[in-house]
Amino acid sequence: MTTSPQNSADSRLPLVIEKNLDRILDTWISELQVDGGRLLNLIRESELREQASRFLDLLRKAIKVAGVNPEKTAAYDELRDLLDELSRSRSEQGFTPTETATFVFSLKRPLFRELKEAHGDNDTTALLDDIWQATMLLDRLGLNTTEVFINTREAIIQRQQQDLLELSTPVVSLWNGILALPVIGTLDSERTQTVMESLLQKIVATGSDIAIIDITGVPAVDTLVAQHLLKTVTAARLMGAECIISGIRPQIAQTIVHLGVELGNVTTKGTLADAFALALKKKRQKVQDI
Amino acid sequence: MSGNEHLQLSISTEPDVVYVRQAVRKLASEIGFSLIDQTKLVTAASELARNALIYGGGGMATIEKKQQGTRTGVCLTIQDQGPGIENIEKALEDGYSTGSGLGLGLGGARRLSNEFEVKSAPGEGTTVSITRWL
Repeated sequence: MTTSPQNSADSRLPLVIEKNLDRILDTWISELQVDGGRLLNLIRESELREQASRFLDLLRKAIKVAGVNPEKTAAYDELRDLLDELSRSRSEQGFTPTETATFVFSLKRPLFRELKEAHGDNDTTALLDDIWQATMLLDRLGLNTTEVFINTREAIIQRQQQDLLELSTPVVSLWNGILALPVIGTLDSERTQTVMESLLQKIVATGSDIAIIDITGVPAVDTLVAQHLLKTVTAARLMGAECIISGIRPQIAQTIVHLGVELGNVTTKGTLADAFALALKKKRQKVQDI
Repeated sequence: MSGNEHLQLSISTEPDVVYVRQAVRKLASEIGFSLIDQTKLVTAASELARNALIYGGGGMATIEKKQQGTRTGVCLTIQDQGPGIENIEKALEDGYSTGSGLGLGLGGARRLSNEFEVKSAPGEGTTVSITRWL
């Protein structure tokens, strides 16, 4: 940062805010009514006024203590917390990041007007300096709200990814000693890992000796998916369970042949029902009409 | 039809591979590929995109509709700036892999497409281009 301490000492910014707090607030609110778009449709004016006045108050205090550089100074923490909270609640209320940032940016005009008045016509250099610093400050605070907005979104995306991982790997017990694992969606390395783990654990927990892996819900089987499947089958076999792969659709069968993947001695069946019938046969049991 | 539909996607994470696959499937089904041909093309795209990611350290995929006389097809070009392939003949052999895969990806992609071209030299990255006709 190039802001030298001298600059902030000369700055009239703190004084201007201090002296004209109410007037700035009023103009800011009317500015928001014009600029803010849907702002007042979604928030009551009293609430908006309260937020704006808290913001101004904290800004005034922060500038007084730490000057106009918000980077890493504790004095700005409270202000930043307010913005975080504001940004989060705005995004929940359905505001766009632009609308949220505009809340901060629209303070510029009222603030600049006061600065201009305080400096008069003679002192253009100092005025420009002050305006520049105020701009920098508000820009950073405004961008801050966008960042919080993005972080909130990213947290949601991450949570959903985790949900997907968990959701898509249920191992179900079909019969005494027969497990089924319906795989749905794309099998990438991370998911296969989860799938394999939950299958092996369930094999131990239930003492099953046959596991049916159904891939009806897998859109495409490439060499990586095939490799993952083979590894799962081998691991299950090491634990004493035999695997049957079912749900290989015609187009998948053809692709596997073209790829040259050898499924070797893995038993495969067209449908889960066929695989289940085979599993029952292997266990020397059958389902009968009564 | 002169408007060449043409889509560029970057491949830098595993979800990008899935995205390439979905984009290829979308174009192929729009053009009218049968389910079997769609699956073949999608699988080939998956192999090549993953190769670019794993061996090439990421790259670009270009998916376009190709028109040649009365024929329509989908052309997919995958390009990476990785270490390149030392021996293309060998890389196309089944069961040969410098990594931990099955060694069937590149050869498999060739068998799954109608036209197949690899350009690569050590240190110069790899470009693989495949076309499948309707």
